[in-house]
Amino acid sequence: MITLEHYLALAAVLFTIGIFGIFVNRKNVIIILMSIELMLLAVNINFVAFSTHLNDLVGQIFTLFVLTVAAAEAAIGLAILVCFFRNRGTIAVEDVNVMKG
Amino acid sequence: MMIGTDLNTVLPELILAIYAMAALMFSVYFGKDKRANAVFWMTAIVMVILAVMIALAPAGAHTAFNGAFVDDAFARYAKVLMLLASAVIILLSKDYLQKNNLLKFEYPILIALATLGMMMMVSAGDLMSLYMGLELQSLSLYVVAAFRRDSLRSTEAGLKYFVLGALSSGILLYGASLVYGFSGTTVFSGIASTITDEGLGLGMIFGLVFLCSGMAFKVSAVPFHMWTPDVYEGSPTPVTAFFATAPKVAAACLFARVLHDAFPTAQADWTQIIALLSVGSMFLGAIAAIGQTNIKRLMAYSSIAHMGFALMGLAAGTEAGVQALLIYMAIYVVMNIGTFAFILNMERDGNAITDIKCLGQYSKVEPARAAALAILMFSLAGIPPLVGFFGKFYVLKAAIDADMAWLAIAGVIASVIGAFYYLRIIYFMYFGNEVDPMTGKMPALHYVALMGAAAVMLFGVINLFGIEAYAAIAAEALLK
Repeated sequence: MITLEHYLALAAVLFTIGIFGIFVNRKNVIIILMSIELMLLAVNINFVAFSTHLNDLVGQIFTLFVLTVAAAEAAIGLAILVCFFRNRGTIAVEDVNVMKG
Repeated sequence: MMIGTDLNTVLPELILAIYAMAALMFSVYFGKDKRANAVFWMTAIVMVILAVMIALAPAGAHTAFNGAFVDDAFARYAKVLMLLASAVIILLSKDYLQKNNLLKFEYPILIALATLGMMMMVSAGDLMSLYMGLELQSLSLYVVAAFRRDSLRSTEAGLKYFVLGALSSGILLYGASLVYGFSGTTVFSGIASTITDEGLGLGMIFGLVFLCSGMAFKVSAVPFHMWTPDVYEGSPTPVTAFFATAPKVAAACLFARVLHDAFPTAQADWTQIIALLSVGSMFLGAIAAIGQTNIKRLMAYSSIAHMGFALMGLAAGTEAGVQALLIYMAIYVVMNIGTFAFILNMERDGNAITDIKCLGQYSKVEPARAAALAILMFSLAGIPPLVGFFGKFYVLKAAIDADMAWLAIAGVIASVIGAFYYLRIIYFMYFGNEVDPMTGKMPALHYVALMGAAAVMLFGVINLFGIEAYAAIAAEALLK
């Protein structure tokens, strides 16, 4: 029997993998975009699991909004990345370093 | 049907949304960037009209769409402030963008969409409308940060802002999912009613912490401030000016809205988080700015420190605290508009400069402008009797009245440390080494903004232009 806890644990693991993907990865900005997507999808699992558990549709409606925003976010992220690539000639994470912060 | 009254409640947002889409279509089909000038003016005019419309709207609170959208005095105060700030920034941007071949019609439209997102944020009564407003604002801001597409710095700023912004949105969303799961609803009032006297359960505490982290990122509070200096430095200067004003108001007001509307009975839990964010921001902003020579980076750290002070009002958790937060944000916006009107014109032979050493002996070249900037710097430092001091005074008083004297003392110490770098700019202007003078001719509009902001800092001392009463009504509406 798969219970709510299993879904929550899965979502938490995926979310953590997403965060680690952003911070640990030193190679490629595309991987960061994938990690961001993974985080948002992990949240969706959370929402849908809670929604069925609570017998309440709001969670699934929220998921649809999140999916839409995730698509827009990926589009904008890629567009900015293309502009950056044109100027820098590389998309390695360690080369995003003109300004030191 | 109810939908009519609902639409009536969201009328200002509806007008701005339809205007933004219509302006986009108009510009694309009729002349593109040749129409940019008209679109800049139209957008600013629409925003001012909406601000007047909201300011004159009848008092009282309305909700629309089953509580997802709240229109109360608090939201109206923030909206008027944000719309006016955005309108001024759009007009100030025009001359700078024109000089740098960046006068594109997308710019005012993106600002209008960002402002629309901010209006949704401060009116959010539901986790869903909170998220949608926040994302509309953030997505527009990522694009304007990278607005100078052929500049490495600008695109890098956009990329950094995007990655960290998306991360923070994800964290906020994870918090929202936990809050939904453990309270069973996404409406703020519903969430508030599920919190019992025994306090928050573990799931809700996790949700609250994640939500706070996401919003702390948007107000650039320590430890979620890392993006601020780089994004401020890399973005085109008018965009930096925009980042430092309206979005900060929106984020701070959203913070207050969520904590007071959805977690009113869990105050003991969140005041600790906010107090910590506040102390960290004030000290980091004050100390890290000392070594900066780039004025845009310096303003970034300055904004971190100022957000720390604003959050102090929120940490107090009282009505007076929210009132202090609102007054502080209004004063902060005016100071920043004046300062950035000056920074936009720092150039020599057509090249923009950002090094503060280039201000050496500026008072001899342009005494009036130097005096205005000096007043603004004194005000940013919070030196009495200028208006900036009163902003700090209100938050400190709110913190002391809420038995958080330690927080107020920390604030005073941070403010003294922070005064150093503001005074250093004044030192360069009046007593610094002589350098090649800056040659920038100031457009009339920038001159008016700079002098106007300085005049407000001087003459606002009398009664703060009555903003205190409006902030009091707004705070009362939030804590009702």
